[in-house]
Amino acid sequence: MGSRTYMMQGNLAVAEAAIDANCRFFAGYPITPSSEVAEHLSKRLPQVGGRFIQMEDEIAAMGAVIGASLGGVKSLTATSGPGYSLKQENIGYAYLTEVPVVIVNVMRGGPSTGLPTLPSQSDVMQAMWGTHGDHTAIALSPASVGESYDMTIRAFNLSEKFRMPVTLLLDEIIGHVYEKVSLPDPKDLHIVNRKKPTCPPDKYLPYAEDESLIPPMASFGDGYRYHVTGLVHDETGFPTNNPETIDKMLRRLHRKLDPYMSEIIEVEERETENAEIGIVTYGSSARASSSAMRAAREAGIKVGMLRLKTIWPFPTEAIFKFGQRVKSIIVPELNLGQIAHEVEQAIKGTVKVHKVNRINGEPFHPDEILNKIKECK
Amino acid sequence: MDYFPYLRKEKLPHIWCSGCGDGIALKCIIRAIHNKGLDKNKIAMVSGIGCSSRTPGYVDFNTLHTTHGRAIPFATGLKMARPELTVFVVTGDGDATAIGGNHLIHAARRNIDLKVLLYNNHIYGMTGGQVSPCTPMGDYATTAPYGCLENSFDIAGLTVAAGASFVARSTVYHVKALEKLIEKAIDKEGFSLIEIMSPCPTSYGKINKKGANKNLVLAQKTQSVPVNKAKDMSPEDLKGKIVTGILADRDIPEYIKNYDMLTSQKK
Ligand SMILES: Cc1ncc(C[n+]2csc(CCOP(=O)(O)OP(=O)(O)O)c2C)c(N)n1
Ligand code: SF4
Repeated sequence: MGSRTYMMQGNLAVAEAAIDANCRFFAGYPITPSSEVAEHLSKRLPQVGGRFIQMEDEIAAMGAVIGASLGGVKSLTATSGPGYSLKQENIGYAYLTEVPVVIVNVMRGGPSTGLPTLPSQSDVMQAMWGTHGDHTAIALSPASVGESYDMTIRAFNLSEKFRMPVTLLLDEIIGHVYEKVSLPDPKDLHIVNRKKPTCPPDKYLPYAEDESLIPPMASFGDGYRYHVTGLVHDETGFPTNNPETIDKMLRRLHRKLDPYMSEIIEVEERETENAEIGIVTYGSSARASSSAMRAAREAGIKVGMLRLKTIWPFPTEAIFKFGQRVKSIIVPELNLGQIAHEVEQAIKGTVKVHKVNRINGEPFHPDEILNKIKECK
Repeated sequence: MDYFPYLRKEKLPHIWCSGCGDGIALKCIIRAIHNKGLDKNKIAMVSGIGCSSRTPGYVDFNTLHTTHGRAIPFATGLKMARPELTVFVVTGDGDATAIGGNHLIHAARRNIDLKVLLYNNHIYGMTGGQVSPCTPMGDYATTAPYGCLENSFDIAGLTVAAGASFVARSTVYHVKALEKLIEKAIDKEGFSLIEIMSPCPTSYGKINKKGANKNLVLAQKTQSVPVNKAKDMSPEDLKGKIVTGILADRDIPEYIKNYDMLTSQKK
């Protein structure tokens, strides 16, 4: 043991986790602060029998990972805000065609070219609503280098199990900070692979609804010749204009995660039992929040923290319950209140929600969160 | 020959208008695939959006109808994941040279082994006849009511310049020649593109007063000039002509083969 203990940054942890999750294809386009993921995988993938390509833009990179995944190979792309915007049409394609892929977005300040080298958490809403049309989404947000590794594994597992794109939302701080991590032996990892059809090819229905809501997925080239289209399709995969069929297909896509919410949604609760003031936060903002919480506790203020490891689907229930126990809730985030708004919805007006926001490219100082805690006391 | 083993019979009739060249092009593709004896399980056909891009829906292969302009990137990922597949891309002039133009030149530059069958009908057919980067200057379109103001692309020339292994041009009038060119593209290792002149009587023919549907196809006979003959003709004489035949056929390392070779040397 100890042989897999390194000082590494979040972006590298993502890249190594992708290898351990058996990802064997990466397509991307360089963009700060995500480029280290691509750089590392350009070297590592061929060493493990995979392939890497730097495409001509992010739209192409997104298309390429979907194409590779249809070929049966787990695939990753990594980007930041401007590139994430460009990928959105093809991310929608992956939702509708139910193709598993993992997208890493190392968030930087926006809109537009924004703040290329500075942290932000302003793409959390885009991770849910970035593409057109109704659909469900999964987005995870790590708060450390070690967690970047774990959540990359989890992102692949969830995308494979639920046949859909999964976004991993790092921010510039998590992507670039160096921390000591002990990576697990890949043999000990729980790795999920997509369900494949077992029926004969002429019986295969690529989009048939069963009780799992997740149809098995054949790889191109394995003898199951089928059709994949971004048009709304029936269970055979071919386009349809039948209102009933359209309704059935789109509703299944929308509710396909419903039976699995408890498995998908993860939050970390810290000192929530006797808390009077609650912090709800995620990603790098949880780090400053932890320090603020410690300082407040030392000053005798009972603060607890609920950290969202899963951003989407939104942990509504956990937040509602937390809201029942505290007198007020503080939501620190590096945007102007994208998640605070969701928190307000979740607690249904039972307690007041206070926002702590920063959009000037600087990370939080614990004091500004501590000050808000004191105000709320 | 019997075409039905290659078609999804239950998806017929197809959506193409009478007089559209796309059905003729499909027939040539199927004949070439049949002649080459390819295994249907090992063929993928990838397309973007447009009338031409509806082709994969009708053929019994692994078929992928992607987003507008993006067929080549999807095909690139698929080919890199499964190099043993023969990957065709079927696309239109708008799909491949407007919204997808960047992907086209970069795939050609990489020389990745895709077989691109690009149907050039000089117009956006599916959306009702808007101007395309391949509408000849002066011709009309629903968004060019005063005539097209822009120069049009020489698609094949562009692809040659970008570095593809194999580039050819043909028409749906010249079915035998087209069939043979597709066979050559199948055999060729590297990026292959065949620009197939495929008339659109509905969205291009009508507004440009080309007369009966069949006129557009028949005109291809007189418009076409084989590449050997074209060499000795002046630009003046070549105006309005279609230069047909093989425009590039060269041995350039194929992208994935090259990738695998280089990376295995330097592990
Ligand atoms: C992103 C996006 N923009 C626009 C469209 C609308 N659209 C569909 S097909 C098409 C043009 C197709 O023209 P071409 O590629 O020449 O194919 P044709 O129909 O002529 O065969 C356009 C603009 C779309 N589907 N997606
Ligand atoms: S609109 Fe034009 S390109 Fe489309 S099917 Fe009709 S003739 Fe063919």
